[in-house]
Amino acid sequence: MLNRNTCPDFTPLSPDELTGEEMARPETTYFKDVWRNLKKRKTAIASLVVLGLLVVMVLVGPMMNEYNYYSNDYSAANQPPSPAHWFGTDTLGRDLWTRVWVGGRVSLLIAILATIIPYAIGMMIGGISGYFGGKVDMFIMRLIDVLMGIPSLIYDILLIMVLGSGSIATLVIAFTITGWLGSARTTRGLVLQLKEREFVMASATLGASPMRIILRHLLPNTLGIIVVGMTMTIPSVIFAEAFLSFIGLGITPPNPSWGQLIKEASEVFKQYPYRFIIPCIFVGLTMLCFNLLGDGLRDALDPRLRT
Amino acid sequence: MSQSVLLETKNLRKTFEIKGRGTLTAVNGVSLTLREGETLGLVGESGCGKTTLGRTIVKLYKPDAGQILYQGRDIWQFGRKENLHYRKDVQMIFQDPYASLDPLSVVSTSIAEGLDIHGLYPGKARRERVLELLQMVGLNKEHANRFPHEFSGGQRQRIGIARALAVEPKLIVCDEPISALDVSIQAQVMNLLVRLQRDMGLSYLFITHDLSMVKAISDRIAVMYLGSIVELAPANTLYREHCHPYTEALLSAIPLPDPDVEATRRRILLKGDIPSPVNLGPGCPFASRCPHAKPICREQQPALKEVSPGHFAACHEVE
Repeated sequence: MLNRNTCPDFTPLSPDELTGEEMARPETTYFKDVWRNLKKRKTAIASLVVLGLLVVMVLVGPMMNEYNYYSNDYSAANQPPSPAHWFGTDTLGRDLWTRVWVGGRVSLLIAILATIIPYAIGMMIGGISGYFGGKVDMFIMRLIDVLMGIPSLIYDILLIMVLGSGSIATLVIAFTITGWLGSARTTRGLVLQLKEREFVMASATLGASPMRIILRHLLPNTLGIIVVGMTMTIPSVIFAEAFLSFIGLGITPPNPSWGQLIKEASEVFKQYPYRFIIPCIFVGLTMLCFNLLGDGLRDALDPRLRT
Repeated sequence: MSQSVLLETKNLRKTFEIKGRGTLTAVNGVSLTLREGETLGLVGESGCGKTTLGRTIVKLYKPDAGQILYQGRDIWQFGRKENLHYRKDVQMIFQDPYASLDPLSVVSTSIAEGLDIHGLYPGKARRERVLELLQMVGLNKEHANRFPHEFSGGQRQRIGIARALAVEPKLIVCDEPISALDVSIQAQVMNLLVRLQRDMGLSYLFITHDLSMVKAISDRIAVMYLGSIVELAPANTLYREHCHPYTEALLSAIPLPDPDVEATRRRILLKGDIPSPVNLGPGCPFASRCPHAKPICREQQPALKEVSPGHFAACHEVE
């Protein structure tokens, strides 16, 4: 039998030295962990970088040449892209490079605000409706049914008539009034499923208030699905703004927006295709980036899908 | 027993409306007492209302009739502050360790939730308390920053226990805490619960359908059938001198470890299924399956009668 005291390579470990598994993770919270995981997803990060670049260009792009977005110059009308006008000019001789970036400010701002604000409101109302149930739920759901029955264009037109057209705030308010309905419904459905789970009961047993349960447990658990809906809403908002601008209720000329530039150019698409294609590329790029980012976020939001 | 009564239920009744089908009576007039430091086992088959009773006691459901008295006072008469106090004193361990932890919260957040709500162990002490709790339930500090899906069922159940212990409760309602676990893990978790009770003077309401386990840890056992308590006795008395026919049938179903005895064991097979708790009629709930049923059993529900000191049974046959 091997005498362990004579074996020089191994010595017994005293219990104090036993530290267990040495795989401690740095202290973390859920959202820190989401960010850590998002960073590992290349497409999501690339999308984030492209979106960041777009935001930077939207801010500094108009300052990169000597033109502004509203001055007409008939001597330089309808020019194709050239060293003088990088993206060419439109029928009134306005520089498209400048107009694209100024238009991007409006489009991106509306796309983000008119998605996040309605979703935040919708999630909160849906969360309350689903968690409390009963009469509260009944009332909120019937209200949503009624509001959904009326075409959103009617609200938009009425609101813009009341608040005056042309400002971003008006458009965001108009989109918010109808935009929260869908997210409230989706959230309510998800919360109805989640609230019967035992971890929600455990939280209630510990004395958590309904608001704490909704904000800490229910809504974060719905985020993964909601985020997908959010990324799909962004392009629809960009086009809704373009449509409203087209019928004269959105951003008023000479202020541009991507949607408006596309609408204008679509009339002369055969003669000047570059005018149509350039803003389309930016709208497409924005949509693609938000979709890829949403995809990556959904995976990062669920700890079980992590590697 | 001389210990003081911690919690008492009086004629507790909980029903659920089922759309278009009537009323489901989950708990039908249950009166129980729980003393400080004791383990009261609650046994019965699936769907008999054990879990509903447990959840009503921890105030997840509002009873339709009857009272729950905690330290002599009705828990539904509590003000805001007293209510929070009750939420601290009475905790629950859940049946399904896979559903009882928020998948998005790391373990330390889950365990500390009670501390945050009740403002216990603020600042730096919070982290130390979490590590202390992890150690108490046999996990180590490396586990604090992991997510629930990285643990096995037994480990998750320990996390659930740590979460309940965090707020230093007096009573823990254990809702089948071991039924979802492997047998070897069951023993570990049971030993943990017994040790914690000894160290901290906890009271348990132990809900289970595992008859051999409940005998090993309970001071008293209540047998539940279709929403009613049919027999209540000190653990040993119940196994030796049970007098309700349902208890008899239930106990005859316990498998015995000796194969020779097991082969000749007399089993009482009940006819039929447990009746539906929807639209319960009058009479003894067990009458439809009872081998000794008499006409009176179908008309009048028997009350719990004291057979011997501390031993109660609800049966017309019993004197």
